[in-house]
Amino acid sequence: MTTSPMFDLECINIAKSFGAFRAVKDVSFNIPSGSFFSILGPSGCGKTTLMRMIAGFEEPTGGDIQIKGKSVLGTPPNKRNVKMVFQHLALFPMMNVFENIAYGLRCNGVSNSEIKKKVHDVLERIALPDVAEREIHQLSGGQKQRIAIARCMVLDPDVLLLDEPLGALDLKLREQMKIELKLLQHQFNTTFVYITHDQSEALVMSDNVAIMNQGRFEQIGTPQELYHRPSTAFVAGFVGDSNRWSGKVKTSDGSGGKVATEQGLEMAFTAAHGETIREGTEVDIFVRPEFIHTVRKTGSVGTGEAADNSMDGVVDSLLFNGANSRVLVRSAKGELIEADVTLTGNDDVKPGEEVSLVWSSKQAMCFAAQGAS
Amino acid sequence: MLSQNKTTAFILGYRLYVAAFFIFLAAPLVAAGAFAFNDSLFPALPWQGFTLDWFFNDTEPKLGMFHDDRLLRGLYYSFVIAVIVAALSILVGTTNAFLFVRGNFPAKNFFYIMMVVPLVIPGVILGISILVMASDTANYAEDVWGLDLEFLRPGIFLVVMGQFSFITTITSLVITARLKKFDETMEEAALNLGASRARVLRTITLPFLRPAMIAAGIVAFLVSFENFNTTLFLVGSEAPLTITMYDRMAKVGSTPVLNAVSFFLMVGSGLLALVSILVQRDKTKQ
Amino acid sequence: MLQKDFKRLTLYLLFAPFALWIILLIILPHIGMVALSLREKVAPRVYEFGFANYLDFINEPIYWNTLLRTGSMSLLVTALALIIGFPIAYYIAKLASNRTRGALFLLCLIPLWVSDLIRAFGWILLLRETGIISSFLVWSGIAGQPIEFLYNDAAVIVGLVYTVMLFMIVPLVSTLDGMDNSMIEAGYNLGGNGFTVLRKIIVPYAMPGIVSGCIVTFMLTAGSYLTPILLGGKNSSWFTEQIYNQFITRFNWEAGAAFGILLLLFTSVVIWLGLKLSGQTLANTVAKS
Repeated sequence: MTTSPMFDLECINIAKSFGAFRAVKDVSFNIPSGSFFSILGPSGCGKTTLMRMIAGFEEPTGGDIQIKGKSVLGTPPNKRNVKMVFQHLALFPMMNVFENIAYGLRCNGVSNSEIKKKVHDVLERIALPDVAEREIHQLSGGQKQRIAIARCMVLDPDVLLLDEPLGALDLKLREQMKIELKLLQHQFNTTFVYITHDQSEALVMSDNVAIMNQGRFEQIGTPQELYHRPSTAFVAGFVGDSNRWSGKVKTSDGSGGKVATEQGLEMAFTAAHGETIREGTEVDIFVRPEFIHTVRKTGSVGTGEAADNSMDGVVDSLLFNGANSRVLVRSAKGELIEADVTLTGNDDVKPGEEVSLVWSSKQAMCFAAQGAS
Repeated sequence: MLSQNKTTAFILGYRLYVAAFFIFLAAPLVAAGAFAFNDSLFPALPWQGFTLDWFFNDTEPKLGMFHDDRLLRGLYYSFVIAVIVAALSILVGTTNAFLFVRGNFPAKNFFYIMMVVPLVIPGVILGISILVMASDTANYAEDVWGLDLEFLRPGIFLVVMGQFSFITTITSLVITARLKKFDETMEEAALNLGASRARVLRTITLPFLRPAMIAAGIVAFLVSFENFNTTLFLVGSEAPLTITMYDRMAKVGSTPVLNAVSFFLMVGSGLLALVSILVQRDKTKQ
Repeated sequence: MLQKDFKRLTLYLLFAPFALWIILLIILPHIGMVALSLREKVAPRVYEFGFANYLDFINEPIYWNTLLRTGSMSLLVTALALIIGFPIAYYIAKLASNRTRGALFLLCLIPLWVSDLIRAFGWILLLRETGIISSFLVWSGIAGQPIEFLYNDAAVIVGLVYTVMLFMIVPLVSTLDGMDNSMIEAGYNLGGNGFTVLRKIIVPYAMPGIVSGCIVTFMLTAGSYLTPILLGGKNSSWFTEQIYNQFITRFNWEAGAAFGILLLLFTSVVIWLGLKLSGQTLANTVAKS
């Protein structure tokens, strides 16, 4: 087996069943030292079970987990050097901040003077040097978050697991904490494994993201890869927004061609990364709103790109959201298509206007349809 | 206008009713407490002036409670019994809480009902049933093995067992309610930080339960101290205070020294109640 | 595997004290009592199996009259406690301001911290011929001579209602407290008057609390000993007194055990009927309060 010390954490064909239900199915991955790795998936996809197996709260029913190249199967949770930040943080309310952070050190039998030094060091590093004597209920949400991380980091773990720790925070604080978490990870230079169902958290913070669905990893890659070159229809649909069509391939050279959608629209497409699409295949096509240009009927087609797909429609409504504004266009066949628009505040498109939507076949990602998905 | 007046009158009437109710609640306690300070040989009107004799005087006929050996002995036995009962029932109450909150076993609901049942069995019946069993066992041991099991004869041990049999239900319910509120990820977090199971229990779970354990202990202590029905059948020569007071009432009739004891107990219970409230308040902070 | 063994061992260790407690102090003593009650004394120190103790009970009207009297008076006390206590509980839970609520609730609890004996003693001092109420009536000229309020059924009922009141109010307050005020407001809003709102919304919602309070109150009353004896005098004929007489005065344990079983059966049947009629269970009433 590979015992390359390059990887802080390595899972090999890890599986877990609860009775007949298979929560995690043969998942393999490895995480390079010092990187920020996210596991992104809808709730119930098995990501929490996976994390609990890494922490040692569940025994896997198959496969191996290696930390710094050594298998930890059979090692009880309190003997693993993997620390975890819980969803609701699980700070101990009966202890103050100092005692919370010192807890793990005391369990390891570290001397009192050493504990004092380490706790103050870690509080400095999370930029909360004066809260040692506070009670937990006196802290703000963001402070609690940082204390929970400090409580783990003071033990110098090989891997830090974070189980949707931002879930309980309000939106504004969550945005702020995303950046802060990333900075903390850089500062400690420890491997972070972060699980979440919120794609923006995963995309913003991570070096690598694994997309998990129904107990399996669909794809592992950098956020850019996942977004621009999804390897499965699930990833394309789950990461980012997309307009989605189903249809049947009319002509194809394997990597691209023409498809007729169920609504009767003809469209040029490109086969998704690593896929070969043959003629007659049932497919799903995904086009992201930001790649669809809305063009007024009266105006000239001003895009330089090869816009080999176009469709006419009527503006149904504007979804104004500042820089992220969109337009909903109803096609002649009656379907609604979302496209990004830049709204300048004067002479913008209005509901009821006739427009053309144009997009490139390169942005029309096509996947062979898989049953009902 | 008319309906407005009607509503106001209704609310006023309601308030008066509530006030009358609290007077009803307080009246006998005030009566029992106040006569402790009346300078008279009988706990009755007219008021003869203020005195502390019924607490501190050391000669008959106005022998104060702190010089009345039998009352003091009763107080001592009550205290000993209550402390043992409270300690035992906290212990078993805590294991019961873990059993019913964490445990998974067949017929759990049935056993839970069994746990609640002692609270609704009349105390008199608990008393006689335990008396019968203890006596049967003791008689059998004596007849068959020639053993003299003194502790199964009426006395402190049986009183403790009798009170423990239903007070444990109270402590179990109180501690179970608290344990149900415990977030189990806190234990996992402690394990994750490297603590052993024993250490998690000692440093995380038990401290969380402590307010409930103290409150349950105080309730157990007071219920034990006040108990009469169960104790009556199990008491031996070491009579606790309520039994001593009842004897005094039945044999001597009411005397102000009983008022003094009542006053003393009310103050003591009040202080304990205050402690239990303070402990519970700490809990809401968390 | 190891973890499973550990879990199983923990479960056994936790189950042990529970089992010891319930078996040694509740189940075995009650079985013993049933066995004892089925013994007939045929000669000194000679016993045989039989229902003589129960037949005695049926053949002696004093006995079953006492039991019926105890039962009916307990029901009366329970009903009175409910009627008197419900408005108080409602006031504490719904009408009082946040600050007074806690204080009133504590005031309600105060008598709980004082023993039965002292409560009964207090009532004696109030009600007897030389007591406070009588003296007050004479002093104010309403009564020409001292009046004895003690040693009658009314005194017993007053004392019992007083003793059990808290056990009625506490569960009522805790269920009413959980009730959303907007439910009451919605009731009025939909055109209900005070009475229909009470009958259709508040009482059904408070049912678990009402049943729980009634069960505990009834049990405590039927099983009480001190209050009827001290306030009703020697002829209060309360059933627990019969048990005491058989056990301690006459030293007829067989009959006493039979009476104990009868009291237990009687109260259990009444509570079972109450639960059936109100559609509640023991687990969601008493166990919750």
